[in-house]
Amino acid sequence: MRGERRERRRIPRSRLWGGFALVSLVLGGLGATVARAQQAKDSCIECHAALEGPLADPVALMREDIHRARGFSCADCHGGDPRSDDPLAAMDPKKGFVARPPHRAIPALCGRCHSNAEFMKRYNPALRVDQEQEYFTSVHGKRLRAGDTRVATCTSCHGAHGIRSVQHPLSPVYPLNVAETCARCHADAEYMREYRLPHDQYDRYRRSAHARALYDRQDLSAPTCNDCHGNHGAVPPGITSVAHVCGQCHVRQATLFRASPHKAAFDAMGLAECVYCHGNHDVLSPTDEMIGTGEKSVCVSCHPPGDAGYQAAERMRALLDDLSRELERARAILDRAERAGMEVSRAKFELSEARDALTHARVLIHAFSVKEVENVIRPGLEVARRGYHAGERALAELNYRRKGLAVSLLFILFLAALLYLKLREIEGPR
Amino acid sequence: MSLWNEQRRKLLNILLGTSVGATLVAILYPILKFMIPPEVIEATQTSVVAGRVNELPPNSGKIFKFGNKPGLLVHTPTGEYKAFSAVCTHLDCIVQYRPDLRLIWCACHNGQYNLSGKNIAGPPPRPLEEYAVNIRGEEIVVSRM
Amino acid sequence: MRVETWRSWLDERLGTEAVREFLRRKEVPIHRHTIWYYFGGMTLFLFVVQVVTGALLLLYYRPSAEAAFESVQFIMTEVEFGWLIRSIHSWSANLMIATLFLHMFSAYFMKAYRPPRELTWVSGTLLLFLALAFGFSGYLLPWNKLAFFATKVGTDIAGDVPVIGPFLLRFLRGGEEVTGATLTRFFGFHVAILPGVMTIVLTLHLILVQRHGMSIPPSLEGTRVRTMPFFPNFLLRDLIGWVLAIGALAALAALFPWGLGEKADPFAPAPAGIKPEWYFLFLFQTLRLLPARVGIFEGEVVGVTLFLLGGLFWMLVPFLDKPTSRGWRGRFFTGLGVFIVLYIAVMTIWGYLA
Repeated sequence: MRGERRERRRIPRSRLWGGFALVSLVLGGLGATVARAQQAKDSCIECHAALEGPLADPVALMREDIHRARGFSCADCHGGDPRSDDPLAAMDPKKGFVARPPHRAIPALCGRCHSNAEFMKRYNPALRVDQEQEYFTSVHGKRLRAGDTRVATCTSCHGAHGIRSVQHPLSPVYPLNVAETCARCHADAEYMREYRLPHDQYDRYRRSAHARALYDRQDLSAPTCNDCHGNHGAVPPGITSVAHVCGQCHVRQATLFRASPHKAAFDAMGLAECVYCHGNHDVLSPTDEMIGTGEKSVCVSCHPPGDAGYQAAERMRALLDDLSRELERARAILDRAERAGMEVSRAKFELSEARDALTHARVLIHAFSVKEVENVIRPGLEVARRGYHAGERALAELNYRRKGLAVSLLFILFLAALLYLKLREIEGPR
Repeated sequence: MSLWNEQRRKLLNILLGTSVGATLVAILYPILKFMIPPEVIEATQTSVVAGRVNELPPNSGKIFKFGNKPGLLVHTPTGEYKAFSAVCTHLDCIVQYRPDLRLIWCACHNGQYNLSGKNIAGPPPRPLEEYAVNIRGEEIVVSRM
Repeated sequence: MRVETWRSWLDERLGTEAVREFLRRKEVPIHRHTIWYYFGGMTLFLFVVQVVTGALLLLYYRPSAEAAFESVQFIMTEVEFGWLIRSIHSWSANLMIATLFLHMFSAYFMKAYRPPRELTWVSGTLLLFLALAFGFSGYLLPWNKLAFFATKVGTDIAGDVPVIGPFLLRFLRGGEEVTGATLTRFFGFHVAILPGVMTIVLTLHLILVQRHGMSIPPSLEGTRVRTMPFFPNFLLRDLIGWVLAIGALAALAALFPWGLGEKADPFAPAPAGIKPEWYFLFLFQTLRLLPARVGIFEGEVVGVTLFLLGGLFWMLVPFLDKPTSRGWRGRFFTGLGVFIVLYIAVMTIWGYLA
């Protein structure tokens, strides 16, 4: 049944591609390439499939390749003449044959098609065509241009044969695989030594809240390397642009921060906005301890005791702590009432408003204004206290029931005793 | 002696009669109380009147109480009525309609949902639960789908 | 004098004098096993409590998947004394099953099913099955997670009945799955169909008990047994028991309120450790212990078949226990009874610990 369904889905798709190829052919242009690749003889595959070892590998790998699926074949990158059965003629350098395209030439090789908007439109109109251009703005690209052949090019990340769509879970640049792909070089201490680059970014990233979201929750929208550094144009974000990078997702925090007095101060001191407090690769889930004047506070690294900022930090921390404490207190008493069998689900639900306030206040910290935080915390405190009172009432009600029970039990026992006396009287001593 | 016995019997009967009566009252009292409908209108609602037709201009929204959860009624710029659970799927904050963005927006982390309730930006992992909206005369009635 | 006029007025119209006359003559034997005579009356009393509290709950309960849980929640929180009525209904149900078991086994061991009381026993076993059906159908009504999955498992087992299993499963569930349709059906069973049948069988049972009077255990037969008048002596004792039962129910309801749990979600995964109500536990545990296959049959099918045959056997005990009916001592059936009691006890405890 299931196989049948899959089959049904598969047939139209292949037909679609057939039709696609046909349309390309009619439209002319580069359609000829496609037609040739699909229909004509391909001696590269015929021979290499029969070979053994590394010379046969590309044939096997290409089976999974997205380009192959679109009708491209060996000669489209390697050149030569696939119509000839004679190896010498087929792999004639005069016919453009290149056995192993040099590292430096790869961006241009891929760019031959991928930078051609006209061409790419036929296959995937949504795909961007500026990867090559972007690549040369990256550190990788600049160094390549300067003659460094140890840097990454297209194939380093995407693979050479067996390139899969970036949406394919096995693609090395699928969100879940990106960090590992970058780490192949960037976590290699030996490889990074020459560049005097750190090599612990990957390990630090794996500890971060972002990695937890990505790997543990499989939330593909969680950032991995390329989401902050860019992919083709990979560079470390500068101090001034880092807030924009984080702000892509954390819009609210970024907006609040930019409107806050800290913005000018951080700019003046040349501090990287978000990163200064939260770190970069190993961004952890923030805790309330980060604010205030305690040991783990990030505020005290600039604000000396007594100054206005120091006091504001202390105050904001106190507000957060107040609400957390009240919330915890309310939750605890409601839990107790619930365990005792009281029905408090409504009070528990209403408590969610206080949790809402706490979440909101934690975001509002980025405005660094006591007043803003207070405006949210106050109503939250009110709700939390109401929840606590509901818990108290539930426990009082429980107590009342027990007292009522005790009284009624007394009466019931009294009645039972009287009935017993009555019985004695009826049966009496004979 | 027999007089004493007679007295005792009377007392026992009186006591017995009273406590049987008292017990009956104690049983009937909760029963009668139970039968009186409570003041609170029942929380179990599968539909609720979320508002009135002329109350909401197009491109605006309002929070209403749906059972013991908040709901969001939106009058879209194109004149449709839409209703959703107002509980953000990220961290349970209460969402609101933003006329300037023409989106549903969560203030806590800038989560955004489009007017079909789909999460389109920010951290929300799931769309908002959508409710059915019917207009009965002047009343906008929201019900679970 | 006026009382007398009233009495004769009523008697002319209702024939109350016959009843009074009957009550005057009804006697209860006194011996060392007299205590067991009280459990029938106690079960009846708890059943009356069920009828009263059940009728009250009907004022607020709503039998649909969307509203059932919320309406019970409403009863528990908003309605005055709702917590009390619902908790008593739940507790009384469980106590009733317990006293019913005691009543049944005492009748069994005292061989009360001897001629001419065979039909009293048969109607009694029918009442047992009805009570279990009441328990099973009522358990689902709050529509909480535990009840939902217990019903799923329970009706699945019903589907293992040979030949009519698949039909029975659909009949119980009102479809292939446990859904709102099942809830509505179970509600119908619980408040209309079962009470109707129960009324008939219970009436028959009570008439038979009145007709034959209390049975005396065979060990005392032939000896001179003292008796006491049913009215008022025995009834007063019954009354003391009932008053104490009210106290016990109130205490249980106030000290151990019956929880509500989480609302059922048909799409949620089954919670770990689903167990049926305690009175089904020995059946459940037996099925769990059976191997997947017994010979060429599925283990569960074999188990269910055995239970059905067991139930039939239990109902027909008066006709099978030939020695007893001929007035000899039927040691085999006494031994079997002991075995069954031990089996149920061990399996129930095992099921709880497992």
